[in-house]
Amino acid sequence: MSNGKYTLVEAVNLALHRAMRDDHSVVVLGEDVGVNGGVFRATLGLREAFGFKRVLDTPLAETMLAGLAVGMAAQGLRPVVEIQFMGFIYAATEHLVSHASRLRNRTRGRLSCPMVMRTPMGAGIRAPEHHSESTEALFAHVPGLRVVVPSSPARAYGLLLAAIDDPDPVVFLEPTRLYRMNPQPLVDDGRRLPLDSCFTLREGRDLTLVSWGASVHETLQAAAALAERGVDAEVVDVACLKPLDLDTLEASVRKTGRCVIVHEAPKSCAVGAEIAASLYERVLLDLHAPIQRVAAPDIPPPLYRLEQFYLPGTEDILAACETVLDYA
Amino acid sequence: MSPDLPYTRYLAPDGRPVTELPGWADDFNLLTRLYRQMVLTRLFDQKAVALQRTGRIGTYAPTLGQEAIGVAIGSLMQAEDVLVPYYRDTAVQLMRGVRMEEILLYWGGDERGSDFADPRAAQDFPICVPIATQALHACGVATAFKIRGEHRVAVTTCGDGATSKGDFLEALNVAGAWQLPVVFVVNNNQWAISVPRRIQCGAPTLAQKALGAGIHGEQVDGNDILAVCDRMRQALARARHGKGPVLLECLSYRLGDHTTADDATRYRCAEEVRHAWEEEPVRRLQAFLAGQGVWDEGREQALIADCQTEVQRAVEAFEAAGVQPLPAVLEHVYARWPSALAEQREMLGERLARRQGGEDHE
Ligand SMILES: Cc1ncc(C[n+]2csc(CCOP(=O)(O)OP(=O)(O)O)c2C)c(N)n1
Repeated sequence: MSNGKYTLVEAVNLALHRAMRDDHSVVVLGEDVGVNGGVFRATLGLREAFGFKRVLDTPLAETMLAGLAVGMAAQGLRPVVEIQFMGFIYAATEHLVSHASRLRNRTRGRLSCPMVMRTPMGAGIRAPEHHSESTEALFAHVPGLRVVVPSSPARAYGLLLAAIDDPDPVVFLEPTRLYRMNPQPLVDDGRRLPLDSCFTLREGRDLTLVSWGASVHETLQAAAALAERGVDAEVVDVACLKPLDLDTLEASVRKTGRCVIVHEAPKSCAVGAEIAASLYERVLLDLHAPIQRVAAPDIPPPLYRLEQFYLPGTEDILAACETVLDYA
Repeated sequence: MSPDLPYTRYLAPDGRPVTELPGWADDFNLLTRLYRQMVLTRLFDQKAVALQRTGRIGTYAPTLGQEAIGVAIGSLMQAEDVLVPYYRDTAVQLMRGVRMEEILLYWGGDERGSDFADPRAAQDFPICVPIATQALHACGVATAFKIRGEHRVAVTTCGDGATSKGDFLEALNVAGAWQLPVVFVVNNNQWAISVPRRIQCGAPTLAQKALGAGIHGEQVDGNDILAVCDRMRQALARARHGKGPVLLECLSYRLGDHTTADDATRYRCAEEVRHAWEEEPVRRLQAFLAGQGVWDEGREQALIADCQTEVQRAVEAFEAAGVQPLPAVLEHVYARWPSALAEQREMLGERLARRQGGEDHE
């Protein structure tokens, strides 16, 4: 932190400190989270502040991390698990899908699973293979889970605190590309932001831009460029991919009649498809143009020299906006 | 090449002691209570299979042949310990106070069966269907005990097939690294559906998998309830007092089909099964008790009649339970049904109305 400003990863760190201080049942565990403070330093200082019993360096085993958290959560702890990169979360998936998300339901509420699984997500940091994925749709498909993606330090802070408080399991995806971008002033007041809600970042009448995570950055840039051309774009940060706040999206698109969805995950079967389909069900007759999706192609994130072509850029968003604005 | 792991057996298949018995084994009240519980489990199990055959419950996984293991575990766990079982653990669950009608509801396709009424089972996990994943949940439970400094033990069970899975090995590994208060009971009943024990892994015993994790492992005759109780008592004491986890490999045999959907005659020979029946746990304890002069045909008949009545009452309670109302399926997916999913609640309500209202709605 420098002069009251925090980066996104520092905001995560601040929220973890806050949560652990306020609630003794919060326990942080993962690979390298203790002495090292996490490979991105998200857990920096927690070991010193809260000790070995609450900040656990674990064996290197993602399946184990997830399974352990289920057992801990069932005992009333609030485990916050760090998976080092989203590309390594798949071994943990079985426990999220088959156990964490279902424990409450399977026991008629007798046991619950208030765990958070945090992981850096997405491309754009010139990382090796398997470090750049954004497979959020895999988790957003699962009943019983919440999937949350902050796109700014303030939202990382408030949403993470809310996720830790939540009595149900949350997959908390942190856009790696934003980790150290655009520091923001932040007050450590413990204020939670609502889960299950979109955030309207910018109001507008002509067109709705929908995004989440790192792509919100380019989406806001596109909105600014449109404003210079006299086009008034509304920007909605979805923030919670499951459950999806369709009411806010519907209201916005009803107002503007035009919608472009931007995400860096591969295009097909992604959350963007879900949003588009739901909007067609609700607002078809208010639309002036077909909804457009700006996404990554259906390929694995390429090695880093070409990753900028994989990621949707501001120009790509602007091109899609032109399509919906020009539609007769 | 086989490392020298302890193996414990007190009773020969004909019920005769093969070595000096532990001191507590002259408590015939205790032994007859254990015997009663084994018989009750077996009769309940038979009934559950019969209910499936007549279409009154769904697929069921019989516990036939492993009653001694479950009853031993259940008799020694403290109420405050936590059971993290798998799907063939009827015997332990009954001892934890889970009601027969709850077990029937579960296999009968009704979620209310996992909402155990008895406080002893309030923190126990429901039975686990994905193989071996429960071993990790038990380690998480044990981690919570350790963090809070509680003298409680997590007990988890699995079959021999489960020991091949990463979850099982990862669980042993973290239990060893952190010296967690957890007891792993492997019910080596020789078969994982149609795959025999020898195909699961090349190690001569499953218990020795503990060695690589730095924890204590041993084998026990799983058809000899005296042996299982003896070793389970030690394992629990050890874990409870911070001396580390234990892996207990109980050698038994799955006398029934894998589930009611399986036909074991397709893959195993009658001779093997006939031999396994000679080793089975219920008759073994009965023969021991008879040899000690504390059991006879009259008592056996009275016990069976008594257990049958108990089972029958549970079946009646199960059948009287009716179907849970449809909104119940929404109630517990999230702590509070998210308002963002309001539309889906409506969808289900409309679907219900349409089904109840007849064809003309569709
Ligand atoms: C992860 C997983 N894979 C496959 C199955 C299907 N399946 C159910 S039981 C079973 C065999 C398990 O054998 P074992 O662990 O020895 O236990 P047993 O049934 O013999 O008591 C299999 C393969 C499953 N339930 N979970």
